[in-house]
Amino acid sequence: MLRGGGATVPPAGAGALRKARREQQLVSKRLLRDEALEEAEEGCVAMIFGEAEIQQFLQLAQRGTEEKEREGALVSLRRGLQRPETQQTFIRLEGSIRTLVGLLTSNQALLQLEAARCLHELSHSEQSAVVEACLPATSYLLTYLSGHSSDFIELCLYTLGNLIVESEAVRRQLLPQGIVPALAACIQSPHLTVLEALGYALSQLLQAKEAPEKIIPSVLGSTLPQHMLQLLQPGPKLNLGVAVEFAWCLHYIICSQVNNALLITQGALSTLGLLLLDLAGAVQRTEDAGLELLACPVLRCLSNLLTEAAAEAVGGQLQLRDERVVAALFILLQFLLQKQPSLLPEGLWLLNNLTANSPSFCTSLLSLDLIEPLLHLLSVSNVVSVLVLTVLCNVAEKGPAYCQRLWPGPLLSSLLDTLAFSDTEVVGQSLELLQLLFLYQPGAAQAFLQQSGLQALQRHEEVAQLQDRVHALQQTALHG
Amino acid sequence: MQLPPALHARLAGAPGSAEPLPVERDPAARTAPFRFAPRPVRFPREHDFFEEGDVQRHLYLQDVLMQVGGAPERPRVPEFTCQVAGCCQVFDALEDYEHHYHTLHRNVCSFCKRAFPSGHLLDTHILEWHDSLFQILAERQDMYQCLVEGCTEKFRTSRDRKEHLVMRHLYPADFRFDKPRKSRGPVMPGAAEQVLAEALGDDGVPSEGDAMEVCSEHVEPPPVPAGERRAYSHREMNSCPSAALAQLPRIWPERYHLPSVLVKVPREDLKGPRREISTSNGGSSAALWRCCRASPPRHGGPRTLARATLHVAGL
Repeated sequence: MLRGGGATVPPAGAGALRKARREQQLVSKRLLRDEALEEAEEGCVAMIFGEAEIQQFLQLAQRGTEEKEREGALVSLRRGLQRPETQQTFIRLEGSIRTLVGLLTSNQALLQLEAARCLHELSHSEQSAVVEACLPATSYLLTYLSGHSSDFIELCLYTLGNLIVESEAVRRQLLPQGIVPALAACIQSPHLTVLEALGYALSQLLQAKEAPEKIIPSVLGSTLPQHMLQLLQPGPKLNLGVAVEFAWCLHYIICSQVNNALLITQGALSTLGLLLLDLAGAVQRTEDAGLELLACPVLRCLSNLLTEAAAEAVGGQLQLRDERVVAALFILLQFLLQKQPSLLPEGLWLLNNLTANSPSFCTSLLSLDLIEPLLHLLSVSNVVSVLVLTVLCNVAEKGPAYCQRLWPGPLLSSLLDTLAFSDTEVVGQSLELLQLLFLYQPGAAQAFLQQSGLQALQRHEEVAQLQDRVHALQQTALHG
Repeated sequence: MQLPPALHARLAGAPGSAEPLPVERDPAARTAPFRFAPRPVRFPREHDFFEEGDVQRHLYLQDVLMQVGGAPERPRVPEFTCQVAGCCQVFDALEDYEHHYHTLHRNVCSFCKRAFPSGHLLDTHILEWHDSLFQILAERQDMYQCLVEGCTEKFRTSRDRKEHLVMRHLYPADFRFDKPRKSRGPVMPGAAEQVLAEALGDDGVPSEGDAMEVCSEHVEPPPVPAGERRAYSHREMNSCPSAALAQLPRIWPERYHLPSVLVKVPREDLKGPRREISTSNGGSSAALWRCCRASPPRHGGPRTLARATLHVAGL
């Protein structure tokens, strides 16, 4: 439904985007095209050029006498190339790409820039034919990455990123052409604009469906991971736009599970942990700065990395047993609750992974008084409630010393509330927690009875997934 | 969600972990029908759990991509001429000059005045075209290095290398930065006719848009003493534009702002720069978060999507 451009594409609401993601068609640059078309329709500037006009522009660009004239021709061409129709005509015109590539590699710097912009327009296309028509230019785009003009490099990188995401044929060519070493060299640039563009291009490369087999191994074998981690080091030199891109790159690498142990030895856990602390600090200081864009991939990376066996052995600047991580996470949870509640599950996922096998972190939750704030999240959504209850179970299952600290307090009444939910998962997790409390905390069952717990249980007696546990709890409550 | 006030202090406090309370599990805990066991969870790439965050990411990128690609509006300055000897190009915008400089003057061979897009290609060129020792060695061993960064293959002839570039690296056969030398022997400085002949190609017609040929304002390079024909003295001295810039009239701000990229708009009138990024650290206090994108001005039209925008943090 999001393929096939043109006037029939419906406006992209968030629901449409979710569907696109599920169908694995969530391609950032695509929707861009349609919106720009809407604007163009309003402003009626980007015209559709025919063959003859395109020919004219190209000839003028190549052989014009006045430099301004030549540049102007390319500017006009570029505007026309905003329209898919013009793009189609362009690529079908014999010699057009060749001419454009010739201008791209000419010794006239400003013509070169304009030619690159034309190519960039083509790279936005949804039509794989148009994108693949740009193949002859890729070796030059890569070559220019080791140049020095930051403007130009930035443009080349965004163009490459767009081409990469659209076509497997392009990726199949870029890899042997040396895109990974080219990016590894380019990532040493001091220019933030270049770095952000590079991060974008790399993130698109790492998202490709064949990335785990064909791309990520060579990226891991290059110096890219080290540089990426360096660019994610918190401190005065950290730039948000750049960090966002590379955090997403890391996420795509890590969730592909190719060789996370390597990343851990390079200090990924430590760097990301420190970044989390920094994020929590920033969130307290700054209003509305888009920090959730960075928080999301950082949370994901940390959560996934914690499941690696290698995570156990880790040392480094930040021990992943450092209590400050929990403090930071809760500050971020509060931030997310206000700013982007849909990202709460990601934060709670990390909390689960931190607490599951860690008595120390469970103790931190208790000693830092974080149970009550946690309970506060129970009203947000079913997914969030299940996660909160899971974390509470992580704490409770460690025994009486832990349950004692969970008691008394608001926990019981929160549980009675969740028992009133209709969602089976939420209720199921509540039952698990109840059982642990009954087992380890004397008086819990009694208190439960006194607060009409049995009635709360009754409504679930017939539910298949819950029955057995409901009955078991009823027995325990009544008979000990 | 009220957080305990001590939490912020804890974050700012010393590293350290909590002394864990004693763990004491009862085997009855995990008996049927109860099944809870704590476990860290991992999600793979395509898992639905990531849906929300991915959609947010997508919206953010849309914002970014909307701004890339339009021609930025350059702040205009009084016209000035490129100060490199022999170049008479005129500019009225600093960023245009920067690109011109890097394209034409940064990596220039002082023998034949060819400009290259990178230091790497320039070094290769000097070695293969102007180094007599190279020629001698090349007769006995593989000296022609593959042009792709990271590839360590070497070849006996430039033709073999080209074949490798085409077959192995899928490069175009007419890759413009791999022109074979046509004449025998090293190209001598000042041999203008020879250089021009090569630039013209087989049919004597200047190849249109041909890369990196002799600068249109060709100037006789100073004669190079015989002893100095090794690598680095052949590069032009202007290794960075600041040397050249220093000679220009002082018309730009103290801190050199990197070129900014514009909001792409359907109309002719161009908007202000998307952002300005200072290359130097402003010297502000520690742990600053510099948000690098100003909120872009938006045209009208329906916006059904919540946009995640970054604002310049006034820190």
